[in-house]
Amino acid sequence: MDNHEKEPMFSAKNLKLLTEPLGLNNPITVQVLGICSALAVTVKLKPALVMALSVTIVTAVSNLVIASLRKYIPDRIRIIVQLVVIATMVILVDQLLKAYVFDVSKQLSVFVGLIITNCIIMGRLEAFAMANKPWPSFIDGIGNGAGYGLILIVVSFFRELLGSGTIYGYPVLAKLGIYNSGYENNGMVILPPMALIFVGLIIWFQRSRTRSLIEKQ
Amino acid sequence: MKQFSNRYIFIFSIVMVIAVAALLSLAATLLQPAQARNLEIEKKRNMLESINIPATSENAEELYDKYIKEGFVLNSKGEPVEGVDAFTVVLKNEQKKPLEVQSLPVFRAEPPDGEKVIIIPVEGKGLWGPIYGYVSLKSDMNTIYGVNFDHKGETPGLGAEINTTPFESQFHGKRLFDNDSFISVQVIKGGAPESDIHGVDAISGGTITSNGLQNMIFDCLLKYNDYLLKNKI
Repeated sequence: MDNHEKEPMFSAKNLKLLTEPLGLNNPITVQVLGICSALAVTVKLKPALVMALSVTIVTAVSNLVIASLRKYIPDRIRIIVQLVVIATMVILVDQLLKAYVFDVSKQLSVFVGLIITNCIIMGRLEAFAMANKPWPSFIDGIGNGAGYGLILIVVSFFRELLGSGTIYGYPVLAKLGIYNSGYENNGMVILPPMALIFVGLIIWFQRSRTRSLIEKQ
Repeated sequence: MKQFSNRYIFIFSIVMVIAVAALLSLAATLLQPAQARNLEIEKKRNMLESINIPATSENAEELYDKYIKEGFVLNSKGEPVEGVDAFTVVLKNEQKKPLEVQSLPVFRAEPPDGEKVIIIPVEGKGLWGPIYGYVSLKSDMNTIYGVNFDHKGETPGLGAEINTTPFESQFHGKRLFDNDSFISVQVIKGGAPESDIHGVDAISGGTITSNGLQNMIFDCLLKYNDYLLKNKI
């Protein structure tokens, strides 16, 4: 808006905004935000994918809107403004899902509405979008949404495979004939606590590979 | 951080609220037809499932036209009511009216096995919100041919189990009447013996939903008592 320093759209700095939340600064495994919905929607791959996409869109667009308005938003009511923007985006996404992917919207039921309370989004608005330009904020939103989505997809992949024996609804294990040898689906994996354990395993794996994430005693 | 006057804050809030309201109303209006169509397809699909025909959202309309022959509306005495479209009756609104003026929809269907069945919509209360569904009866107006239940927001894994096939298939062949008195179907904690023609197994951990379901079937089907007795074999 004001000082036009020529910065390429995908400069190293901007790319970092995109890639950091995928690994080193992942909203779920490092910041431990948005766990609630990560437990709820990861039974099957398909709803997890739609949830990931919805959260990414909401985070990116809310970030964009708030960053564009950041100089005009009165400081005293900024949280209210952020919430209004998020709520508007979520209602729009919910309406679109109901109109075009009805089955999925039925499966996600209340969780779409609960995107509003996803701490990741509000966290990004307050920590990043209020202090940065629209384009980097937009990328930051995409990055964080994708980081959240990545974990959702990994968790739901294993939960669907072990719990229902399918991948994206396709009965892989039945086709491979694994049931004939006495294998049974693990019903426990479908229950929410197992999602927490999967997330825990991912955090363990990530920390054991990345020394910098381990807290100093 | 720059300080803003109270006046600015008020104007900012008002403009923001009006802009958001306009945007959301516009979206709701534009998407309304597509959403209504989805609900209609969903309704047809649920009805088909109550007569044991699995349908997808793609082929629901086609199968509906093929197997569900007609819909009509009765009053509580079992007499036909003219001029009301059974498909568009909203059960929730009807249940608020006095019984004498309620419109009771019935659908006649002929599934591929040659059976002539009627489908009756039901709606009641679960634990967190409404539960609803369809019960289909064989031509003796007594034996349950199939059921389909759904819910707005029952607990996943517990109350939400009412819309799963293992639960729904228990209702097949259960009877509503004992001689000429209306008994309905009970959900029984700990499981119903195979020989019990009026009982199904309740859902463990879903007691309130199970009881709500039992009341729903009883209350809704009792209204059809006169009609069922008149046509009962």
